Amino acid sequence: MKWMNRMLEGAGYAMDVACRSVGYMFRRPRLAMTARLAYDYGLKSLPVVLVVAFFSGMILSLQIGIQLAANGQEELLGIVVAQTFAREFGPFMTCIILVGTAVSAFAAEIGTMKVSEEIDALEVMSIDPVGYVAAPRILALTAMTFFLTLCADAVGMLGGGIVAVTQLGLPWQVYMDRALTTLEGREWFGLPKDLYAGLLKAGITGFVIASIGCAQGLRAQGGALGVGRSVRRAVISSIVLILVISYVLTWFAYRAFAS
Amino acid sequence: MIEIDNLSKTYGERRILRHCSLSVNRGETLVVIGASGSGKSTLLRMIIGLATPDDGTILVDGQDVHALAPAELSRLRRRMGYLFQSGALINWLTVRDNVALPLVERGKTVDSEIDDRVERALRNVGLSGTEKLMPSQLSGGMRKRAGLARSLVTDPEIILYDEPTTGLDPVTAHIIDQLVVELRAKLGVTSVVVSHDMEGVYRVADRVAMLYDGRIIATGTPGEFRDAGDPIVRQFVSGALDGPLGDRSAGPRPKSASPPNREEEGAPPQGSPNKE
Ligand SMILES: Nc1ncnc2c1ncn2[C@@H]1O[C@H](COP(=O)(O)OP(=O)(O)O)[C@@H](O)[C@H]1O
Ligand SMILES: [Mg+2]
Repeated sequence: MKWMNRMLEGAGYAMDVACRSVGYMFRRPRLAMTARLAYDYGLKSLPVVLVVAFFSGMILSLQIGIQLAANGQEELLGIVVAQTFAREFGPFMTCIILVGTAVSAFAAEIGTMKVSEEIDALEVMSIDPVGYVAAPRILALTAMTFFLTLCADAVGMLGGGIVAVTQLGLPWQVYMDRALTTLEGREWFGLPKDLYAGLLKAGITGFVIASIGCAQGLRAQGGALGVGRSVRRAVISSIVLILVISYVLTWFAYRAFAS
Repeated sequence: MIEIDNLSKTYGERRILRHCSLSVNRGETLVVIGASGSGKSTLLRMIIGLATPDDGTILVDGQDVHALAPAELSRLRRRMGYLFQSGALINWLTVRDNVALPLVERGKTVDSEIDDRVERALRNVGLSGTEKLMPSQLSGGMRKRAGLARSLVTDPEIILYDEPTTGLDPVTAHIIDQLVVELRAKLGVTSVVVSHDMEGVYRVADRVAMLYDGRIIATGTPGEFRDAGDPIVRQFVSGALDGPLGDRSAGPRPKSASPPNREEEGAPPQGSPNKE
């Protein structure tokens, strides 16, 4: 029961940090700091996102393509890869990578600030650590999640296409045509639904995991050991929440508001 | 100016402070002495609201620190300065930006004035010329002095110093002590200094309080402390090896016939190497 209490307390605190951060994003955005953080944690994660997305696209295309080709349906491959990436794979892999590159770093960095009294120093100067340290990180990561997901979607489809052409003998034109048409096909409030539902999902998830990383850092106590504990907790909760959020939002987008 | 009444604090099973009462008058420098781990930092943290007492109240300028709304606490803290034991500089800002931070965040000062005040604060602590360095490029003592410059730059009325001279060389320590004295003389700053450097205590203190076993066991002028009769106070002040402090057995035991302990923690004897 003790861990349950602690978990609820942690969740409550993370929500508090998230809400107050949103307030600060409007009242006092600190754009210069946000831009620097977006570069450090977002753009520097781009190479790994691209590599992972590219290979995932190739693997997906090969696995599904072989099955489809057995039934002579290989020209559907573009549809499968595009839909899978836009709806699920792109957001999912981007967020998982960001847990490793950014969320853990937020928890470690802020946790170290906490145990070395830097966070206390901000409070003593009447500077709210949530506004000064957490809000710029949360904003930066949320924005970069959109961008990285879009890149992952594009590169995944590219990887899938290359396998389609080289391994399954599908003309590039056919693959791309099908891929783009299927994305444009279904509209939602005038926008291509699958793409935007996926991006929205990624953005929301990015916001949540960034908040968790910052909140865990701010709660760290007890030296290096405590920082390690914060990082571990942040990573575990983030991975679990990525899946939960993904399911819930998919349900909303394709069941509750099915078009 | 600061009224501490019946303050108690427990961490887990450990009672750090019990029923401490203490007051600091306006314009006075009170030095709190005590062995490391006796709860001096905890006491300072509670005065500025970083830690919450289990029991008791702290009034700063008539306001109950732990009953204030966040905005009011924030306003009160703007009149206070706090020197952290390790300096606590923000790691990604240069020394200059660290010292300027409280002014920049208050947003009331124009840029040229900020530059002037930062320069003056750094000069006061003997750190001119380090403006562009990062905290990781400073030694421990320099970090602490930069932290001191940061707490002085806003001209606070009340300053809490957590071991301002520990880890500094004797000359720099003297300079910092001189600064504390000057701040009181020229600006009428009210200070609480936590220290175990007795030489410095005699230089800066108007009044001294000693923390031992969670209680304030003595208060008085530096002169009274120098000639103290209480065996605990006398041992701490003189740094003697023999006495009730640091003794393994429970309770004060004011006798001197026993052979000297070699593994004293509180007060290592001068000149004798640390034996393992
Ligand atoms: N946040 C905390 N959690 C648990 N114990 C603490 C905490 N802060 C301080 N302590 C304990 O309280 C005691 C007093 O610490 P402190 O006030 O830092 O002593 P001092 O500054 O006199 O050396 C120490 O034994 C320390 O282990
Ligand atoms: Mg201390």
